[in-house]
Amino acid sequence: MAKTRVPAVEGWFTMGAEPALVGNRCAACGTVFFPRAEMFCRNPRCDSDSFDDVELSRTGTVWSYATNHYEPPQPYMAPDPFEPYTVAAVELEAERMVVLGMVDGDSTSMAVGRRVELVLATLFEDDEHEYVVWKWRPAE
Amino acid sequence: MSSDTDIAVLGVGMHPWGKWGRNFVEYGIVAARGAIADAGLSWADIDFCSGADTMRNGYPGYVSGATFAQALGWSGARVASSYAACASGVTALETARMRILAGKCDVALVVGADTTPKGFLAPNAGDRPDDPDWLRFRLLGATNPTYFAFYARRRMDVWGATAEDFARVKVKNARHGLTNPFARYRKEVTFEDVMASPVVSDPLRLLDICATSDGAAAVVISSMDYARRHGRPDAVRVAGVSTVTPSFPNAIIEMPDFSTDSAVAVPVPELGFKDSIAAAAYEEAGLGPEDLDLAEVYDLSTALELDWYEHLGLCKAGEAEKLLADGATTHGGSCVVNPSGGLACFGEAVPAQAIAQVCEVTWHLRGQAGDRQVEGARAGMTINQGLFGHGSSVVLIR
Ligand SMILES: [Zn+2]
Repeated sequence: MAKTRVPAVEGWFTMGAEPALVGNRCAACGTVFFPRAEMFCRNPRCDSDSFDDVELSRTGTVWSYATNHYEPPQPYMAPDPFEPYTVAAVELEAERMVVLGMVDGDSTSMAVGRRVELVLATLFEDDEHEYVVWKWRPAE
Repeated sequence: MSSDTDIAVLGVGMHPWGKWGRNFVEYGIVAARGAIADAGLSWADIDFCSGADTMRNGYPGYVSGATFAQALGWSGARVASSYAACASGVTALETARMRILAGKCDVALVVGADTTPKGFLAPNAGDRPDDPDWLRFRLLGATNPTYFAFYARRRMDVWGATAEDFARVKVKNARHGLTNPFARYRKEVTFEDVMASPVVSDPLRLLDICATSDGAAAVVISSMDYARRHGRPDAVRVAGVSTVTPSFPNAIIEMPDFSTDSAVAVPVPELGFKDSIAAAAYEEAGLGPEDLDLAEVYDLSTALELDWYEHLGLCKAGEAEKLLADGATTHGGSCVVNPSGGLACFGEAVPAQAIAQVCEVTWHLRGQAGDRQVEGARAGMTINQGLFGHGSSVVLIR
């Protein structure tokens, strides 16, 4: 029986064919937040507490990246045997911010300035579920 | 270079760094007694005890000022306890300095001590899906070295730095700390040793990243009047302290965040956070990078030390590797960086480290740093950045 695909964190991204991170935008000043701002706008010159959910850009440019060769502590759910993985910091042009994500696929082609796109990929599994998370994949 | 907001450093003391496995209070008291004796005072003379907190030792660690005051023997001294992650020591120092400058206190003790667990600093146990610090491990595997590696990779891809450049920082600092009695690692490290050490978070290797340690450091500070009355008119002085926070929007990804601030509504400020930490300290002290004889910077990684050269203004952005290669940041150079051996030789003892930086600069300004003395040092600076937006910098002069 196929496992059910569920997000590894609730409400941070959409689950469709063209997945996107979901942040929110201050209704007064337009500043974008990811993860969502919960209560107050963090622009010091703005006292708004009203936000609208927004889907963030699905593509961006690598600001930097790192490949981890040691198994991190829990709650990271490492595969057995452990495999090195890459985390990228990606600049989103429209939002003018940098958002982290693990790298999906071939991380040897990573470079500062590389174009990447958002995909969903398995983070870990249990008997019934496949827990998915957003990842950055090198784009054409 | 003298102003009416200077205060005196009368005494400094440390407990050696290591993995001693004992109670942090014990280390703190050794450092405190050392600083009080160095000042030529006794505990009963101290008006104010300002502690830098540790988060890993239960309640006594959260009320460190009172914990140390009780261990030294209740004396009626006022206390405060500060937590600002890696910047806790300077926040505790600033609390005491402000009480002195307000005229409410003549002489104060500032002390920080820690006992640390082995390995990576991991989030607290239990499922906490609402806690970003838990989520960054769960969703990204974003360990602390991951963030250090981002900065290191930027240096490589933007400025052409190499793993060899990073290794040279470690070799320099290991040499600096060889005879430092308070350092945990006192061993020559070769370029080959660094390059042969396993990659932890590419591009950083094991010997590029600092360990965590047990340790303690303390300083006794006073008003200049008090210093003169006690025959110490020429004491080393604190000329400036910076505890600034970032300015919105902070465009650099910071541990433990998932993202930077967005700059869609407000443009990125001219000075980034780390630049602004140094700028505020220079402004208070009325001096600049050209005046520094030495600096103690937070080399959580080798590459980060190179970043600090630029944030301190020792060179322009992208020129740190050349500054290092030219020998400008070792003995005989224009500004010796981490003459103590830095975190490379100490390993980080969170609440003690920023105070230890002040101790080291003080010894140099007094001419008491032994084999590692920076000759003729007249001005020195400490700098670091604590998690969650805590700037930390102290300018010391004599
Ligand atoms: Zn706003």
